[in-house]
Amino acid sequence: MSPDADATTPRAHHLHPLALRIMHWINAAAVFIMIGSGWKIYNDDAIFGFHFPDAVVIGKWAQYGLQWHFFGMWIFVFNGLAYLCYGVATGRFQQKLFPISPHEIIATVGDALRFRLSHDDLTHYNAVQKILYLGVIVIGVLIVVSGLALWKPVQFSELADLFGNFQTIRLVHFFCMSAIVAFILVHVTLALLVPKSLVAMLTGGPIVDERKPGGGAAPQIEATP
Amino acid sequence: MPIRARTPSIFRPREPINQSLLTGHRALVEEINRRGVLRGAISLGALAMLTGCDVSEDDSVQKALRTVSAWNDRVQETIFRPNHLAQTLHPSQVVKPPRFNAHFSIDEVKPIDGANWTLELAGRVSDKRPWTAQQIYQLPEQEIIIRHICVEGWDYIGQWSGPNLRGFLDRVGADLTAKYVYFICNDDYTESIDMATALHPQTILATKYANDVIADPFGYPLRLRTSTKLGYKNAKWIKAIEVTNDFRETFWSKQGFNWFAGI
Repeated sequence: MSPDADATTPRAHHLHPLALRIMHWINAAAVFIMIGSGWKIYNDDAIFGFHFPDAVVIGKWAQYGLQWHFFGMWIFVFNGLAYLCYGVATGRFQQKLFPISPHEIIATVGDALRFRLSHDDLTHYNAVQKILYLGVIVIGVLIVVSGLALWKPVQFSELADLFGNFQTIRLVHFFCMSAIVAFILVHVTLALLVPKSLVAMLTGGPIVDERKPGGGAAPQIEATP
Repeated sequence: MPIRARTPSIFRPREPINQSLLTGHRALVEEINRRGVLRGAISLGALAMLTGCDVSEDDSVQKALRTVSAWNDRVQETIFRPNHLAQTLHPSQVVKPPRFNAHFSIDEVKPIDGANWTLELAGRVSDKRPWTAQQIYQLPEQEIIIRHICVEGWDYIGQWSGPNLRGFLDRVGADLTAKYVYFICNDDYTESIDMATALHPQTILATKYANDVIADPFGYPLRLRTSTKLGYKNAKWIKAIEVTNDFRETFWSKQGFNWFAGI
């Protein structure tokens, strides 16, 4: 069987299938819009003793920030829902993010502290990666839910009541944003340190054959652009 | 498109900009602008965007964003629960005085002479006789202690009383199947709300705050107070009410704020 024929069978595919790459970059754009415009909205009534500089916010005036935020939310939510359905339906979440064993976490943290973390195999996530990816998905859900409660504290009062008063919902929404920004800093830094991981999110990365034990990369097949 | 700053923030001057300064240096400012345009044209457009131009002001971008905002109006109309009440709070939680907010500062408020003030009625209303303040203040009152939420993010609890808007519309023979109730205010402010909100049990024409007649800065003699909209929809210093099927942009929606502004 030629490698090409192998690649077209349903069980052998790119590490990052095309659908997933499209959702990743749509999400990147949506998150960019939501954070930049969210910072503009924050500036109108700062929760803490600082404002985001004008240079990093989206929208010169409050109404522009709001317009972008309530435009971006549709993209973020529908793309996010599509991603969640995809992750569950294809088994990708199950395969990539689970199980996370405490033993593995300790080992990974130990390796990281000794600068021995290997990124040779893009197809396998270490325990810290698993936690970060899983964590950011959970935060992504929470930021939408808290956002709905902020947007409609009366219409969705049952939801808003789960958080507490209006200012508490704002805090939750803000801390979710902070967590996502922290994730992005780590995620982008590591992507730049291991450029092939960035290339993989553009071109698809190595072909993965799930029939092999461990579902690792099939080394005889080069990544196709 | 002229955009007025909504409220003071540390990024905006608290005093209006001295126009004489601009007039005196117009030539210089235009010269700088020309140089800026030249430089912008030579440098990369994307770079210019990153260094301070706001793409939102571009006409086509603004048109697209406002189209989404109009779509969001319809979404909000759909999810609106006509009889779902906002949480009411305890008198001990009421903030006194209420928090002032308008498109001008509190010392620019032009008090209304209640003795000579009348409320005009227009549009799809059978009894268009104007109302004096005295007549309105004699109507049965409803009290609501509710949270005021501003689009900026702050909130406070206020205690408002006055005639229920639905009861008032009934009394003057308004067409309750019309689409909008439009408010024209003394400070050239306009607001309009959808009929479902106008008929909501917690929508009142407020005449009192914390059991006292509303003070000048907060809308004396008559203002709207509804539990289901952001602060700016609650028109102050109302001088006319029109019941209509025609959608009209309002003071803030003209400037790009969402029209429905439900909470």
